[in-house]
Amino acid sequence: MEEVKLFGHPASPFSCRVEIALKLKGVHYDFIAEDPSNKSPQLLQYNPVHKKIPVLLHNGKPIAESLVILEYIDEVWKTNPILPQNPHEKAKARFWANYVEEKCLPALFKTFWSVGEQYDKDKAEAGEVLKFLEDELQGKKFFGGDSIGLVDIVANFMAFWFRTIQEALGLDVLTKDNFPKLWEWAENYVNCSDINQFLPPKDKLIAIFPPPYMGQHLVAFFQSRLAAAAAAK
Amino acid sequence: MATKPVKLLGFWDSPYVNRVQFALNLKSIDHEFIEENILSKSELLLRSNPVQKKIPVLIHGDEPICESLNIVQYIDEVWTDGPSILPSHPRDRAMSRFWAAYIDEKWLPLLWEVYEAKEEDSRTTLLEKVREGLVLLEAAFVKCSKGKAFFGGDSIGYLDIALGGCLGWLKGIEKLASVKLLDETKTPALLGWAETFCSNEAAKNVVPEPEKLNKCLKEFQAQAAAATK
Repeated sequence: MEEVKLFGHPASPFSCRVEIALKLKGVHYDFIAEDPSNKSPQLLQYNPVHKKIPVLLHNGKPIAESLVILEYIDEVWKTNPILPQNPHEKAKARFWANYVEEKCLPALFKTFWSVGEQYDKDKAEAGEVLKFLEDELQGKKFFGGDSIGLVDIVANFMAFWFRTIQEALGLDVLTKDNFPKLWEWAENYVNCSDINQFLPPKDKLIAIFPPPYMGQHLVAFFQSRLAAAAAAK
Repeated sequence: MATKPVKLLGFWDSPYVNRVQFALNLKSIDHEFIEENILSKSELLLRSNPVQKKIPVLIHGDEPICESLNIVQYIDEVWTDGPSILPSHPRDRAMSRFWAAYIDEKWLPLLWEVYEAKEEDSRTTLLEKVREGLVLLEAAFVKCSKGKAFFGGDSIGYLDIALGGCLGWLKGIEKLASVKLLDETKTPALLGWAETFCSNEAAKNVVPEPEKLNKCLKEFQAQAAAATK
């Protein structure tokens, strides 16, 4: 009898990735919601290096880091592969997954914290990064082709988290006009039943962003931007 | 598929390129090494890796594969005749990938920061962080190797390659800053591993010599600084 537990947070894109993968594979699991400001002894025991969610516990053995967990899940449960079988296609998927994680995520989130000229600069830089993804989607519904794959799962923050907060702040980094393929991909993505059951309600997401560990000054800055955006509507 | 020609775009002073070289050697893969000048990138590099414009790039037939750890996994998956690089059990594979990610995200960048550090204070702080990381990696080694010579057990594996690629810069820094980073008290197992790794056939003509490396990196830094003025 398999025992699968996931230490995560209902509003975290990182633990959401793991939930999507487990759902795609039809794996039953217990979800243990962690409070980032009060981490459980088990979390600290299972991920002593990073002390972060998500951590997958499979038959008592922990695996940490969402991209590592995703590959593990794909190797253990063979239904609905997340990665292509062909080594070259697999290498491409891993390349784009890393690109999304290491280049896109920071470039996009940076735009939440800048104003005026700096915002224009950050928006342009984010645009340069997104352009490659826009090109990669040509002729495809998802990065994985007809169905969701590794890159789509890793890019979850782009489809939902980023766009939700972008809208609340009145920003225009990733729009239907400037990135039509990415926008269409995002719309298809968040409407997938395998995915949207794991997305937190928008107002809840905005209420808890940014996480306190990012610093009170950022929390305050974000609140003031939200208020300014709401007033501008 | 494994019979198509193989080219590696890179430069000998890069830990990322070294990793690919280890993997190619382990699998006895004939290949052409095309030396790239990072400050004046070739058309071939820009065409093969238009997104990141970085080395290493493996070109197999006419298909490019980018990112060192990606390339190593690709090599392991295509050339199945030679010794396996990744462990066979998914849990061990996950462990290898976890620590390789730790090295690339948290630890290896520190080594370049040491080379770039202008002040003694910042260098000292960085060296302390490097040592802290090595203590974690020592524990990982003891766990993964289970008393054998390599992270991969009896033979070189994925994590050996990931960390082995860093040995050039690590030894270079030890020479540059006159410090010991791998030492008998805090990291005895890794110290032994480094020696065994560097004398292995797959690695011995790849890991750069500290003096030659430091001279090359110093020249690179000077050229890079001149280019931005």
